[in-house]
Formats: sequence, structure tokens, C-alpha cells
Amino acid sequence: MKKSSIKRFLGLFLALAMILGMTACGGKKEAGGVDDDTIKIGVVCPISGNSAIAGKYITHGVEVVEEELGGKIEIGGKEYNIEFIYMDNEASEEKTTNVFQKLIEEEKVIAIVGPDMSKCALAGGPIAQKAGCPVVATFATNTAVTEVGDYIFRACFIDPFQGKMAAQYIWESGYKTTAVMFNNADAYATGLTDAFVEAYEGLGGQVVAKEEYSGSDVKDYNVQLTKLASSSPECVFFPNLLGELGLQIQQARAAGLTCPIVCGDSADTPEVGEVAGAAVENVAYVSAFSAEATTDAAKSFVEKYTAKFDGETPNSNAELAYEATQMVLYALQNADELTREGVRDALKEIKDLELPSGKMSMAEDRNPIKGGVVMQYDADGVSHYVSSINPN
Amino acid sequence: MKGKKWIKAVYPAAVVALIYLLVTALRGVGIMNGYYNQVLMFAGINIMMTASLNLVNGFTGQFCIGHAGFMSLGAYGAAVVTSMLFKNTDSVFVFLLGLVAGGFAAMIAGMLIGLPSLKLKGDYLAIVTLAFGEIVRALLRLVKPIGGARGMIGIPGYANLGWILFFMALTLFLLRNLIHSPFGRAFIAIRDNEVAADAMGINTTKYKMTSFCIAAFIAGVAGGLYAHVISFIQPDNFSFTKSADFLVYLYAGGSGSLTGSVVGATLLTILPEFLRFLADWRLAVYAVILVLVMLYRSEGLCGGLELPFMRIRRQELYEEPLFGKKTKGKGEQA
Repeated sequence: MKKSSIKRFLGLFLALAMILGMTACGGKKEAGGVDDDTIKIGVVCPISGNSAIAGKYITHGVEVVEEELGGKIEIGGKEYNIEFIYMDNEASEEKTTNVFQKLIEEEKVIAIVGPDMSKCALAGGPIAQKAGCPVVATFATNTAVTEVGDYIFRACFIDPFQGKMAAQYIWESGYKTTAVMFNNADAYATGLTDAFVEAYEGLGGQVVAKEEYSGSDVKDYNVQLTKLASSSPECVFFPNLLGELGLQIQQARAAGLTCPIVCGDSADTPEVGEVAGAAVENVAYVSAFSAEATTDAAKSFVEKYTAKFDGETPNSNAELAYEATQMVLYALQNADELTREGVRDALKEIKDLELPSGKMSMAEDRNPIKGGVVMQYDADGVSHYVSSINPN
Repeated sequence: MKGKKWIKAVYPAAVVALIYLLVTALRGVGIMNGYYNQVLMFAGINIMMTASLNLVNGFTGQFCIGHAGFMSLGAYGAAVVTSMLFKNTDSVFVFLLGLVAGGFAAMIAGMLIGLPSLKLKGDYLAIVTLAFGEIVRALLRLVKPIGGARGMIGIPGYANLGWILFFMALTLFLLRNLIHSPFGRAFIAIRDNEVAADAMGINTTKYKMTSFCIAAFIAGVAGGLYAHVISFIQPDNFSFTKSADFLVYLYAGGSGSLTGSVVGATLLTILPEFLRFLADWRLAVYAVILVLVMLYRSEGLCGGLELPFMRIRRQELYEEPLFGKKTKGKGEQA
């Protein structure tokens, strides 16, 4: 028995030696980009899973660009076919890494639009960076996303800016005390909360209550909301995910919190109003974009979108996907050469690009410089533009 | 005879090495790319997770549904070693140390949770392990130095297909031998009838504990590998959904069969990726396939079956045959 077991071990270690001998051979760098006359762009978003609503808006946003182009793009006097490849990441980190590998290695895309969530962008980012494929994340607001490397860009503003915007708006509206309830299991919520508290207290405001809950599966917030209500704040801040906000708003009103409620940009979906019902009145949120904006770029985008999707109003997800795609197209048209590296260099140089949310330039840290808006819901669950906020 | 035995001893390892060589060769030629490599890496990790879960659920007859909790402890344990304690040392030993540390972190947690709760049986134990998984997740969120809810970023990508295949092979090798050892016999006795096992003089709590701790250790190592593949971990990645995934792999493959764990984990990791051409219908079809498997083969794809090299026959356990040539005829002693 002993003898044969020693032999088995020997065999195993033989295998180990072989394996370790081979580990030195890594994969070679793929060129990727333009195959004959076709340019491929990957789109990564949660088509299924518990963020499928966001995924729907994202695909719609990109489809508007697709329709604008009609499958063709002219670069430097030459016409290319352009193809968008939509990939489902189920809002999971693991699936995002798979999808990134597939797009980069198999489909050989020149750039990737998405994913929309910070956690997914953080998981996929290192792969794209290693392979040298530019990524424009749409809604990944966590600061660390673009710190992964010089191939990672984003179309949205970052968490601290959102928290700051909310703080600035609440303070300037004259509310001196605010209570916060946030999801301590979510990077988006904790990021917004930290930035909000810092900015709000910096302005002179007072956070009178700060209650936490854990995870998107929580459906009953009454314990936290009762505590918030007992601190009788002048304003409430809910920096949580859209799947949670509807119930929170409804339960907050039932718990006696009649003051204004301010949310992060995740509240920018008609579904929030549908879940919350009439309770959604007087709920404001900071956002990148308003469909009521009056610039030409915004009007034309909203018109095309509503015409294509039976009167559906675009939200931030759709608009950011549209903008991220436009950024990639701009980079394609301004790139010195049609390679992933060329696109990356052109993305870095974006200046005064006319987008639905206004003029946008790329900062050195690969985050866009652009303003934001504050929107407010009325009793029918329709949001209206309140004011614009610029970073100061 | 001797040569044949030697071949038999080596060929499972050779098969794993061949898989690796084949993948490397195919990648070199360009038929396989990083995408396949990535999926295979996750498949390898899932095999380790499923096989270790099989030890508890399939062979010892307990019901653990918080296995992702052990995985997360392993992932965090390993990541802390490689990206915080030895941040600037880029060495294989740091990686191995990290994996072992992750394994031990998970094992200690397994011990802590096992001691008070392994007295429980069936559904009650299931609830405790479920709670355990959630507690780990909730606690990891609170620890700020390791990123809290935001998770750990920038874990070095040390793990590659070679390492994962090696640890997977090692896991299967150890588990196979364990199951055919006196320990394993005790596990199976407990699974088949705990009261009878107790009456036979088996210290059931001790053996359940052993099984639980070994499974936790393996899950911890698998978690460590996972962290070094994905290079970004956050507590919510190891939610109950993930534990449920492993349960699905286990029961679809066949519980109580190590071959089943390999088949289940591999097929069900690859299947959702393979179905990508179906676009929106992908997950629906995946679920339908799963239902069909369970309807027509409720014991799992490989339930009750075991590949020859995953099995040890009784006669192979002894240098000198206990029965056979020496005995002539019925009951006649030479």
C-alpha cells in the first residue's frame, strides 16, 4: 500500500514539474481592431439577472447610435462597416471577466463600451488593461475603476462628485439637517454616503442620523426608517440602488418622513415611481442628464430614442451608454491609426465633444469633465428638471 | 504486473498534465484563446469547490449550504497575504503561502462553526451553515482595511491554468484516497446511518468535524485561487447564490461521486458560456437543461458511477492478497 501511494505521489509531482515548466509560456498579445473593413465594438451590460432593467436601457442607448450610423462609419475618407456585439454579464464579476476575454480575444473588438457597474468594471478592467483594449465604462462611478490603468475610461462622473452634488444641492436649498440610510453592502451606496457626509459637513450641514442595512435582498426598512423619522431631519438622503429605492421611498413616507428625499443617480428610472406610487412626489435625485434639457444634442437624442422605442423616455443608463459609444466613435474618427492603442490615445484627447449632457472633455485621470443636473419627481412619477450643478 | 501498476498510478496525473499541454498547445496555435483559458480556470476552481462540498454533502451525509463562506475566507486570507503582507514580493512562495493561509483561515472558521453545530442534523445543520455564509459576508463588509463593502482591488494575478489544474488534481487525489481510507469509511458509515455508525463505535462528531474541516480547507484554497484569477473580490461575490451554484453542480453531477463533481462542475461552468449564441434565451435554456437532467437522471449525471482511477479496489489496498490463492475451496484454510 505504501509503495503504490509513493508512486502515485511521484506521478503527481512529475505532473507538477511539467506544469511549472510550462507556466512561463504566456499568451501572446493580440492585435485586435479592424478586420478588413469591419470595425467591431463590444457592449457589456446585464441583459439578464437582477439588473436587467439597466441592461435594457443600455442596449437601447447603443442601438440609437447603431441606427444613426446605419452600419457604416466613415474614417479618414474610407468607409468601414461597424458592428456592435452585445454581451450579457448578468451583473456578475465572474461573467464580466469571461465576457471581456471573449470580446478581446475571440471577437477582437477595437474597444468595449460598458460594463455599467463598478464591481464589474473592476473585475474586467485588469483583463482589458493587460490585453491593451480600451474600455469606456458607462455607469461605473467608483474612483478605483479608471485607476486600473491607462486603457480604462468612463462616461459618467464619479461617486464623490455625486455625493458632493447632492450635498451642495441640499445645502443650497436651505436644509441644515439631513438623515442618511444606505446599503452598507454596496460600493455605490457607501461611496456616495462617504462623499456626501464629508461635503455636507464641510458646508456646515449636520447629518443627524446615519442608518445602514445589508444587501439588495432587504425588503423591509422600517427599523431604520423609524430611527430616521425620530431624528426629524429637514431632508433625507438615500444613495441606494434602483431596485431598493422604490420600496424605501414608499416605506419612508409611511413612516412619517414627509421631508424632501434626495437620491443618487440610480433613482433615474421610471420604475422607481412605479414601485413607490404617489409617495415618489418630492423625491429629488442628482443625475448626469435630463431628457428635458434644451441643447440640440439632447433634443435630437431624446427624439430618436422615443421614436425608436415606442415613447420610452431615455434615462441615465441609456444616455451614458449613448455617450460612451459616441466617445468611442469620436476616438475612432480622430485616431492616428485604427488600433486599440490609437483609439486609447484619441480617447485621452477628447475635448469639447458635443453630447446630450453638454460639452464633455476627458481629464487626465480618464474621468470625464461634465456637469450634472438635479431632477425631481412629481406625484405622477414623472421627473422634472430642477437645476444644474457644476463641480466647484 | 509491476509495470502495469506503475502506469495505473501515474496516468491520472498524466491525463491532467496532458490537458494542460493540449490547452497550451492549442493556445499557441491560436485555436484556443484567453477566453477558453479563463472559462477552464473557473471550471477548475468550481471542481475543487464541488469536490470539497461532495465530501461533506455526498460522503458524510451532512448538508452544508454555506460553502461560499469558506471560499470567501480563503479568498480574503490569500489576498491579504499576497497583496498586503507581502505586497512587493513577487514570488511563487508568497502565492503558495497565501493559498495555505487562505485554506487555514477557512478551516479555522470551519472548526469554529462545526464545534457547536455538528450535533445538529439535516435541515437544522443546513440552516446553521446558511447563516454562517451570511455572517462571514456581513463581517467581511465591516472590516475596513480589506476594503469593506467595496472589496479588495489589485490582487496580483498569480493563478494560471497550470496552478489551478495542479491544485485540482491534488484535491481529487487526496479526496479519493481519503474516501478509501478508514476515515472515509467512517464518513460513509455516518452518511448511511448515523445511529448505526455510533453504535459501531465510530465517534460521529469527530469524523463529521474532520470531514467539515478538510472540506473547508479545500474550499479556502479554491477561494485563494479564485481571488488570484479575478484580481478583485468583494464580500457580495460570495453570496448564497454562489453556494447554491456549487450545490447545483454537486447534485447535477451526482453526489457521492467524485467523477460526478468533476463532470457537474465542468459542464455547468462551460454550458452558460457555450449557450451565449442564444442571446436572451441563454439562461432560460440553461435552466431547462438542468430540469431535464434532474427529471431523467435524478441521481445526477454520474450518480453511483466512478471512473476507474477515481476508485480504489479493495484488493489494491494490500500488498499480499488477503483472499485468493492461499484459500482453496470453501472455508478451507491452507
